[in-house]
Amino acid sequence: MSRPVDPRDLYPLSEKAPELVQTMTGLGLADFSLQAVLDGRVAAADLAITPGVLKLQASVARAAGRDRLADNFDRAAELVAVPQELLLSTYELLRPGRAGTATRLRSRASELREKYGAERIAALIEEAADVYEKRRLFSSRF
Amino acid sequence: MDEISPNKRRWRRFEEWDLRPLRLDSFAEENPEDGFSVFSSPYDPKPSLRLAADGAVLEMDGRAATDFDVLDAFIARHHIDPEVAGEAMEMDSARIARMLVDVNVPRPRLERLARGMTPAKLTEVLGLLNALETTFAYSKMRQRNSPGNQAHVTNAKDDPLQLAADAAVAVGLGFDEIETTMRVAGNSWSNALACTVGAAVGRGSTLFQCSIEEAEELKIGLAGLATYAETVSVYGTEESFVDGDDTPWSKTFLTAAYASRGIKARCTSGASAELLMGYHERRSVLYLEARCLCLQRAMGVQGTQNGGIDGAPLTASMPAGVHELLAENLLAVWLGLECASGNDTRISESEIRVGAKITPYLLAGSDLITSGFGSVKAYDNSFNPSLFNGEELEDYLVLQRDFQVDGGLTPLAEEEALRLRRQAVEALADVLDELGLARADADMKESVIYASGSKETLTFSPVKTSEISRNIASRGLTALDVIRALATRGHEHVAKNVLLMLKQRVSGDYLQTSAVIRGGKVISAVNDPNSYSGPGTGYRMSSDKWNRVKSVRGTINREQVLAAEGGRNQSSDAPRLHGIGRAEQGRDPHEVVIGISPAFGERLHRTTAGHAVTDVLDALHAGILSGGGLPRIVRILHTADTSFLGLTAARLSGSGYGIGIQAKGTAVIHQRDKLPHMNLELFSNAPLVTLKQYRQMGANAARMTWGELPDPVIVVNDGQALGARFHTRVALLHAIETKMTAPGAEPVDQYFATREHNA
Repeated sequence: MSRPVDPRDLYPLSEKAPELVQTMTGLGLADFSLQAVLDGRVAAADLAITPGVLKLQASVARAAGRDRLADNFDRAAELVAVPQELLLSTYELLRPGRAGTATRLRSRASELREKYGAERIAALIEEAADVYEKRRLFSSRF
Repeated sequence: MDEISPNKRRWRRFEEWDLRPLRLDSFAEENPEDGFSVFSSPYDPKPSLRLAADGAVLEMDGRAATDFDVLDAFIARHHIDPEVAGEAMEMDSARIARMLVDVNVPRPRLERLARGMTPAKLTEVLGLLNALETTFAYSKMRQRNSPGNQAHVTNAKDDPLQLAADAAVAVGLGFDEIETTMRVAGNSWSNALACTVGAAVGRGSTLFQCSIEEAEELKIGLAGLATYAETVSVYGTEESFVDGDDTPWSKTFLTAAYASRGIKARCTSGASAELLMGYHERRSVLYLEARCLCLQRAMGVQGTQNGGIDGAPLTASMPAGVHELLAENLLAVWLGLECASGNDTRISESEIRVGAKITPYLLAGSDLITSGFGSVKAYDNSFNPSLFNGEELEDYLVLQRDFQVDGGLTPLAEEEALRLRRQAVEALADVLDELGLARADADMKESVIYASGSKETLTFSPVKTSEISRNIASRGLTALDVIRALATRGHEHVAKNVLLMLKQRVSGDYLQTSAVIRGGKVISAVNDPNSYSGPGTGYRMSSDKWNRVKSVRGTINREQVLAAEGGRNQSSDAPRLHGIGRAEQGRDPHEVVIGISPAFGERLHRTTAGHAVTDVLDALHAGILSGGGLPRIVRILHTADTSFLGLTAARLSGSGYGIGIQAKGTAVIHQRDKLPHMNLELFSNAPLVTLKQYRQMGANAARMTWGELPDPVIVVNDGQALGARFHTRVALLHAIETKMTAPGAEPVDQYFATREHNA
């Protein structure tokens, strides 16, 4: 009988489980050589982390007793595919006074849930909408 | 005139105290009404927690859920663990406080309890510890086993060449993280590129951050020109949070956004931030910080930079303020957060307060002992002067050596520092040229390599620096372009180090708690957890590390002392000395015998004041003659002790008066029938004695043979730490002397050719 692997045994992934790490374009860690960069085989897209790796790091954090950090990595995994502009505008929308109404926040949550499968992020934004309403954080400050 | 009015007259000591740097510091009175209280305020809530059957929080710290502000709401929902809350809140605070300092209670057990405790409860527990207990608990609870440190690398000109050179030096010193910021916000890209290149020189693999507005910071990170961020600020009251233009939800989103781009993030909070922002709700500083820290754990950020930061000087102005800063760092690690423990602001003009402030952290260790050590000169620090700056860096290195502690740094030899600076400046200049951003001429590069700070450099104009930065951003240059430029210009090693950091991002390993990168490998609280459980456990420096830590500049040994003090004056008119036979009892009633020590003019030729020993002898000799005495010089071989040298000389002397002198210059006048330590005159502080004073001592001894009691020579001591300056040499010199003694050896008369005689 094989026991389930303790995710902590995979950490650091770069040393203990490099085969589990791949970039968006399918490069492995071993492909990150100087020659590959000079030949143009490593592109800007390869500088990004993937949802899969973030979920692995979440399982490492959870196994290390850090449930909240793990939740954060799970939320991050949902944001990888979210384009930079949408990411920044969502952050902006969550700042006090920006959204104007709870509806605007909730519709952003729906958008992220539907387009990017960002369930946890959507829940976080909806929770914010509820609290902002109670604490009157929708009025513009400038 | 009022200066003679008796009620205006001041004790001079107070006037002197007025002039000390300490008096520039401000000190605040405790006053909870105005937010000036550190560990507790009458307006702090009593700890309380009421949960519904489903675990939802109904009441926390005396406030019903319906009245929760944004912090309460977030903490109640995401921090409080209903599984633990009942047990933890029931437990006596004093018992928990004792568990914090009990080596038999493991860290995970305390971290579990913290997840069930409210901010007021955590504050109550910390208030029961004294400063030593807080320090000890911090060393037990901190997350990563091996300590680390972070450097500020900035300059007043935002000069990229200097940033590269200073980043290389910071990495060479051992900093795990470097952080830059700008005088002009638009220079962020240039700063980031310069530090990325500089940090990759030498051993490389250091986490790097460019501190700027979040959106820009994310973009810089995306381009591979930064690896971590610590600008996720949180505050302990709703009004200050909103004034800071954020909410717990916006910051939680931002934290996830950083992780989604593979960027390590930590929050920033700290005592008195709310006070500076004007929304303190009359709560104690620690209670507000407890709210910040519960919030941070709830947000899922891996760590915090706290311990005052911008509010540190204000906190340090309050009674027990410095202890509070340490207590809030303890709370961070108790909640399982990485802690970059402040010490990044000059809290005082007093160097004594500065040294005392850092000491508990050096003893306890910390994930990052400072969240910004000023590796540059204080005036070049764009964050404002740090607790320690480039000026005092060597003091810090010596403190590590004094306590045998790892403060994250190791000494860097001057040659090595210059090599790193040259390599960094050349590499960056080549990158700027290769990418068509700028050309640095030879004069610019040389000035930066050798400059201590930006006041000494010839470099790009401010307009040019801004243009470099703008072009990096507008052309969308990334770390890959930097790598290619480095490799093309022959800086392969630097290129590989930059590449290594990009590769690390893909695996996400450095996103875990307390992660740093050393020797290309990630070390964090996951694979290097602090598991201190008493003496013999926890972190100890390796012998290799300790060897490097203790190699501070300016250490001396016996060979060096012999080389320095063992050199004989070879000039032809220098006084000379040689033995002529066994010394007998003198008969002349005005004879004064000078008893010299075994090594005097034999192996040791220079006193600690820097005089040739023969010149000292010449002065004593001439002085005795001038006082109407008859000098005779005898080498004493059975002892090297000043008193016994003097007493032996006195007993041989026809007058009963003698002078004893060691090679290091300590001299004494003695009389035949005195007890060994009851001398007549003593020059104990040899480093301060002038030749004129030796001459006067000779004259005084001679006058004593005539039955007079001359005024003793006063050697003025201005209060120098003579022990610190000289005792290393003194101990080594004296060991050479004592080694040459031979029990029972007879004294030997010396032929002494004075300078006058030789001339």
